[in-house]
Amino acid sequence: MNWLNNTGSQFKTPSALILVEQDPSGFSATNLKLMGAVARLREFISLDVDLVVIGKDCSAVASSAALVPGIRQVLLADAETGEHQLPEGLAPWLAKLARDYTYVLVGATTFGKNLLPRVAALMDIQPITDIVAIESASVFKRPVYAGSALASLATEQSTILLSVRVSAFAAIESGEVPAPVVVIEPPTPQSKSRFINQTPVLSDRPELTTARVVVSGGRGMQNGENFQLLYQLADKLGAAVGASRAAVDAGFVANDMQVGQTGKIVAPELYIAVGLSGAVQHVAGMRESRVVVAINKDPDAPIFQIADYGLVADLFEAVPALIEQL
Amino acid sequence: MAYVIECKTHKNTKNCLKFDHKECVLKILVAVKRVVDPSVRVTPLPDGSGMDISNAKMTLNPFCEIAVEEAVRLKEQGVASEIVVVSVGSSAVQEQLRSALALGADRAVHISTDSLLEPLAIAKVLRVVVQQEHPQLTLLGKQSIDGDHNQTGQMLAALCDYPQGTFASRLECKGDEVWVTRELDGGLQTLALTLPAVITTDLRLNQPRFPTMPNIMKARQKPLAVIPLVDLGLATQPRLQTLSVEFPKLRKQGTRVQGVTELIEKLRQEAKVL
Repeated sequence: MNWLNNTGSQFKTPSALILVEQDPSGFSATNLKLMGAVARLREFISLDVDLVVIGKDCSAVASSAALVPGIRQVLLADAETGEHQLPEGLAPWLAKLARDYTYVLVGATTFGKNLLPRVAALMDIQPITDIVAIESASVFKRPVYAGSALASLATEQSTILLSVRVSAFAAIESGEVPAPVVVIEPPTPQSKSRFINQTPVLSDRPELTTARVVVSGGRGMQNGENFQLLYQLADKLGAAVGASRAAVDAGFVANDMQVGQTGKIVAPELYIAVGLSGAVQHVAGMRESRVVVAINKDPDAPIFQIADYGLVADLFEAVPALIEQL
Repeated sequence: MAYVIECKTHKNTKNCLKFDHKECVLKILVAVKRVVDPSVRVTPLPDGSGMDISNAKMTLNPFCEIAVEEAVRLKEQGVASEIVVVSVGSSAVQEQLRSALALGADRAVHISTDSLLEPLAIAKVLRVVVQQEHPQLTLLGKQSIDGDHNQTGQMLAALCDYPQGTFASRLECKGDEVWVTRELDGGLQTLALTLPAVITTDLRLNQPRFPTMPNIMKARQKPLAVIPLVDLGLATQPRLQTLSVEFPKLRKQGTRVQGVTELIEKLRQEAKVL
């Protein structure tokens, strides 16, 4: 790769920049997983690692970020122009910052997915999004066809821009000795986009794509009312509720609950598929789940081929029993 | 401002983008992609060079279909005046352009090439089309269900220096702005974007219609312009090298449990997920 053996004026010490993700609690747990991905990169290349925090009134986030072990410094841009983190302002600012780094990493969250390609286009770089494995300093794996296959991609671009599927990397532990926090220039104001409002989903349940447990129903649920059974089970487990495309197409539930190639991609610790045959397009959206349970009265349903635990039973008997015994 | 405005009263002034004025309506560009039908099971080629899609049934990418549907609804509401659809690829993509025309788009542009372009290169091609067509609104699906990159719309917005509304589940045109509700991991966000803007569509935006037979027939007569990619004079060489495409690790063969009690015990003792 050019930058590894380049001794000319363009030489830069290999380095990585992580764009810190924020959530309602402040410093998101996603960042420790991004650092897990950096730890994997460090098995192939020695790296100086900086974290950058952008926002308004975000100095507390920077303080949490400084406790991440193994970093050189935290860069902090705390300003009005960072509020709501709109990409029209952030992208040119981050593109300028990113040129000095060998790698830039963001989470493959809606925040990272929204921002990174805009930054990349401004830098004339083709990013690699949603990586699930790091094979070397310049080879990365990412799912294609919703996980039906994994592609290995190599790149020799001057800066490698990556978004990381956080469920694929282990989080590192936060440390105790803070790294220095350096204040940097914030983005300049822009007038192309304006924040109106943001509302959390009106639900006590976790969001499908980040839930630890997901309970999904298929056509076997027979109607929308019967999904109440799954909600009761989900309440016991602190789970999100999903559905197959067949259940959505049959009008049982709303489209935003769809798990699959044309719906949401989930990778929870535990996935419970109820009355769901396991069509290709559904499996593509949940095959990365750690433990899969299938409950279906048809012993030949394809879902049993990928389930860790299969229960051949009538769901209208098995699910109430589960609710009672949990 | 470079864009052409179709208003009888305010000729060539930006004032025309005020939508309370009946003649002032949007031109919409929708970029669409031809992909393998989501119901088809595709597998990697034995030599790992790519996916085996040689005989697979092809279709309009589902997210692109939602983008076309939204454009058609805006036209039906009188907000849009013209819908242009564009696709980049071999002559086969004309089939998907005709599908979009059958859904209600007015005319199509086919940028023809037999090369497979990466998202950045596609965005560069689309920028040229935006420069030629001057749409106030450009709609794309949030991602294609083959590459799953989720990049092109954001990149196009960057290259045009337009605002972006990604993962849209609601659109509303208000004056010279479009209000977009976006699906985030943890809720919904509403932004006001100054036109011209780029929007990428998510699942909940709408439920696309089925084209009627008369509309399919009519679509055959609608204009479809073919522009060879080489005529655009762009550098579209790939930046990434695909080393292999392979099956993901197979899930290990699971076990059958006899009842709910055994299931709970296994989940607690063996899998340790409860």
